[in-house]
Amino acid sequence: MDIDLLSNIFYAMVRCGTPLLLVALGELICEKSGVLNLGQEGMMLFGAVIGFIVAFNTGNLWLGVLLAMFAGMLLSSLFALVALLFNANQVATGLALTIFGVGLSTFVGAAWVGKPLAGFEPMAIPYLSEIPLIGRMLFAQDLLVYLSFALFALVAWVILKSRVGLIIQAVGENPDAASAMGLPVLAVRTLAVLFGGAMAGLAGAYLSLAYTPMWAENMSAGRGWIALALVVFASWRVWRLLLGAYLFGLASILHLVAQGLGLAIPSSLLAMLPYVATIVVLVLLSRDALRTRLYAPVSLGQPWQAGH
Amino acid sequence: MLLSLEPRGQQSRLMLWCSPLLAAALTLGCGSLLFIALGHDPLLTLHTLLIAPVSDLYGVSELLVKALPILLCALGLAVAYQARIWNIGAEGQLLLGALAGSALAVNIIGMQSRWALVLILLTGTLAGAAWAGLTAWLRTRFNANEILTSIMLNYIALNLLLYCVHGPLKDPEGFNFPQSAMFGDASRLPLLMEDGRVHAGVYFALLALVAVWVLLQKSFVGFQIKVLGLDKRAAGFVGFREKRLIWLALLISGGLAGLAGVCEVSGPIGQLVPQVSPGYGYAAITVAFLGRLNPVGILFSSLLMALLYIGGESAQMSLNLPQAITQLFQGMMLFFLLASDVLILYRPRLNLRWTRRAQATAVHAGAL
Amino acid sequence: MPNPAPAPDPIARLQLRKITKRYPGCLANDGIDLTIAPGEIHALLGENGAGKSTLMKIIYGVTHADSGEVIWQGQRVSLRNPAQARGLGIGMVFQHFSLFETLSVAQNIALAMGAAAGTPKQLEPKIREVSRRYGMALEPERLVHSLSIGERQRVEIIRCLMQDIRLLILDEPTSVLTPQEADDLFVTLRRLAAEGCSILFISHKLGEVRALCHGATVLRGGRVAGHCVPAECSDQQLARLMVGEAAELIADYPKVIGGEAFLDVRGLSWHNPDPFGCSLSDIDLEVRCGEIVGIAGVAGNGQDELLALLSGEERLPREASATIRFAREPVAHLRPDARRQLGLAFVPAERLGHGAVPELSLADNALLTAFQQGLVSNGLIQRGKVEALAEEIIRRFGVKTPDSQTPARSLSGGNLQKFILGREILQQPALLVAAHPTWGVDVGAAATIHRALIALRDAGAAILVISEDLDELFQISDRLGALCGGRLSALSATVDTRLSDVGGWMAGQFAAPQSLATR
Repeated sequence: MDIDLLSNIFYAMVRCGTPLLLVALGELICEKSGVLNLGQEGMMLFGAVIGFIVAFNTGNLWLGVLLAMFAGMLLSSLFALVALLFNANQVATGLALTIFGVGLSTFVGAAWVGKPLAGFEPMAIPYLSEIPLIGRMLFAQDLLVYLSFALFALVAWVILKSRVGLIIQAVGENPDAASAMGLPVLAVRTLAVLFGGAMAGLAGAYLSLAYTPMWAENMSAGRGWIALALVVFASWRVWRLLLGAYLFGLASILHLVAQGLGLAIPSSLLAMLPYVATIVVLVLLSRDALRTRLYAPVSLGQPWQAGH
Repeated sequence: MLLSLEPRGQQSRLMLWCSPLLAAALTLGCGSLLFIALGHDPLLTLHTLLIAPVSDLYGVSELLVKALPILLCALGLAVAYQARIWNIGAEGQLLLGALAGSALAVNIIGMQSRWALVLILLTGTLAGAAWAGLTAWLRTRFNANEILTSIMLNYIALNLLLYCVHGPLKDPEGFNFPQSAMFGDASRLPLLMEDGRVHAGVYFALLALVAVWVLLQKSFVGFQIKVLGLDKRAAGFVGFREKRLIWLALLISGGLAGLAGVCEVSGPIGQLVPQVSPGYGYAAITVAFLGRLNPVGILFSSLLMALLYIGGESAQMSLNLPQAITQLFQGMMLFFLLASDVLILYRPRLNLRWTRRAQATAVHAGAL
Repeated sequence: MPNPAPAPDPIARLQLRKITKRYPGCLANDGIDLTIAPGEIHALLGENGAGKSTLMKIIYGVTHADSGEVIWQGQRVSLRNPAQARGLGIGMVFQHFSLFETLSVAQNIALAMGAAAGTPKQLEPKIREVSRRYGMALEPERLVHSLSIGERQRVEIIRCLMQDIRLLILDEPTSVLTPQEADDLFVTLRRLAAEGCSILFISHKLGEVRALCHGATVLRGGRVAGHCVPAECSDQQLARLMVGEAAELIADYPKVIGGEAFLDVRGLSWHNPDPFGCSLSDIDLEVRCGEIVGIAGVAGNGQDELLALLSGEERLPREASATIRFAREPVAHLRPDARRQLGLAFVPAERLGHGAVPELSLADNALLTAFQQGLVSNGLIQRGKVEALAEEIIRRFGVKTPDSQTPARSLSGGNLQKFILGREILQQPALLVAAHPTWGVDVGAAATIHRALIALRDAGAAILVISEDLDELFQISDRLGALCGGRLSALSATVDTRLSDVGGWMAGQFAAPQSLATR
């Protein structure tokens, strides 16, 4: 393995991990406020298809990105309505959102399957991108990847340093106490859910406009679910989320590594790797019930009503 | 707020039965709007979707064929969901059942005795149960969330199927198509009708229906499952063995899904192909909720879901609507069901202007 | 004391007039009048369900009255939310603390005070100053989950004191304190009152109210039963106001000495994997047939853990199985159903969500613990027998419910508790363990429950009661002990024990019990 190969692997790792990172950041905020939204896959695909259609028809990639985020927010607002306002079971509602979102995206995108699009191109930062090993990975990516770095920094700051983060954490741990204290629990949770939707939409836009600029049915291939596992893996802590996203990215591109090394493993078997890795990670992390008790937001997934 | 929700204090029995109907009605309504937006006549489209497919006997037989795997999966899911074990892996368990059954079938093509079929069905069922058993093991031994593990296993199962159908199980005389050899006659499920594809799997479905009903309504194990789902702490308090119940629920769930899968390959399809399941395992989730986890409700819901599948195919052919319309309707129905369910526990209240003003006057009057 | 004149009294700090609040199914407050003077410690007395919590929520802006007025320092106000109430100078310390365990003291206070007050770091000096001035020592950086209950209450109080406070409302504050901690709290409250702050003290404990409060308003059934000056009233007079004429408040049950030991716990130590929980060390406990043993203790000192180990929800490995024995039979490794077969019955602290499944009918809830009493045959449920059992429980214990198909959550607290207790008693247990048996239960039901326990004792069962209510324990127990920090004091006969002894045990002032032979 030479430096160039490693550098390329790291580059691909970041690219592949970016949609995971984006979805996971959104879901992290959502879960910290106590809401479990399983509809990531649906929101991601809907964002991907809307982003693609808009970009294809207007020629404006950033407009596609923006509308993809709106698309994600739109679907997540349905979730907020049913699960937060109507207090329905969050697991079932999230599943409904996934099924609906996947179906909707397939339906809407039927006419655009396989159409070509010139997506986001990598923009290398001079000098910095030539640093050996990590230069390509950090400084020769496309604009959406740079955006993901910025968003990670933003979310980290919000959670660790800001008052908003404190409020979100309080709402997630003890909504009754938060409400008694006068904090607007429902509003905070709704905003968290909408943020999650926007991020999922953005991740979808990344897939269809930058990663593989095209639209195909189910093109997220389970990344929404992997991102959910990622949040558990990170013990709801934001730095570990970054680490986990890129590790999963690595697992997803191992078939490239194998090809690079000249190993002839059937593609179907290699394609299983990210999913197996997810299971392994879940096992290793969930075993420690203690850790879950310390870090998981206490009210995660539980319905809540004001004045209860 | 203009529209507010007032707690009823207890469940409204009326809404318990009406809300699935309300959800279905809302779905049809929304669907009609969608058709209009796409430039289709809504009534014609709905007719194509829902009425035309079952307008003749052949159509009804196709309905039963389609409904069968969905029904079996949904019955299994009902058991798991009663215990609040969110098994999303019915799809993968179905595929494993199909895969395992096929792996046996292609090796006994020459076998003449009826035992071939029995062995194949058994293998498929056990394989589905084992795949769900993996989820059970990960949950009971490692506390790993079953939603995520079962979904991951879905993707793994699909890839396993693709690998086998492109490799070890590929028909050597199949012109390199990704499919297995056709199963021998003795390995096929016998047909029940002359012209129609309804097969003996229907008996299994009826058996499963009765068995699940007895389990959930009459047996003590079913009671334990219900208590576990409603109140884990109470279940632990009285000594119900949580781990054992989780295993039982998942094995039953997986076994039924595996049976569904193997019935598909040794019934209507007759061989192993990549498209064994157009998402039956996921459709079963909607069906289970729509049927309120009750075997009779599930029976009707699976017929409705099968109707949507067939209607979707025919709408694609005659009206050029994307086939994904089926999945879209599925998702809409589940969403509307969850939304309508709010009416079971809450009453909607319109806060009109004049009411608000009247209330303010009352407060003033009280102050004097 | 006559009710105030119709015009708003400019001297009063808080005045409530004809406050009425209705919830679906009950009239929580019916035309309540209340007046608190500046610097007055005013008690709001009443039994559970009398309407105290609702009234307090209205004062704090959590809910709104349907009609009536709230007059604050002479001005009519409409309290829309707690933030507004805080702005006026009203502070509240809830019975169940609204604290966030994974955050620090300073972070909790910063959250409660609003963005304008500053970041947690900025608040630290002031927190230290306030806590020192009122004699409540507290470190701002500590995470709340590491604090004891008494310390957590201090966080709540300091949170209120950080704002310019004119009225401090305390909801049953001493229910979670040892007698000594309660005395310390009273010192703080008197100091506050002397500085001009009014205090609304909600309680159902007559002794405290008499010791601390200048005036009292008594609620009964949602209405004002009377106003009085507690120091001038006897216990009987106050009790009569609280529960009406047909009150048999302090029943006197004769104490007995038990026979053979049924429950025998020796050297029970258990490490709690939960970082927020309590570990048990070296517990020795013996409950004899035909006696009631009461264990006092503030929540969080090992009660939940001890109860879980006795019920079978937590089990010890086989080698340690003799640590807990039922009639000489080692049980510490057995599951709950096996222990029930050996004669255990259990009434847990939480009725809904532990003792009974809220969504299931009473009949199903009867089946829940009684399934080994011939209700299941060949794996199938014998519906007829289950219904019969449920109806018998309802009849024998006076449970007010339309029928046995009603879901458990529709019942009032007292009725559900009677059902749960009845279910256990009808199984004729040899050992009954009851946790907080009359918590949140109205007086009538509480009396029924106590009588049922005494009757069970007299029939020869061994009974263990764990409770925070010292009055109850003194009433019904034959022997008493207390849990503190996971350790159990030696048991002593109730007739030989004083309140101050128990108070000391609850604070941990006991030597490790010597050996079983000396008891």
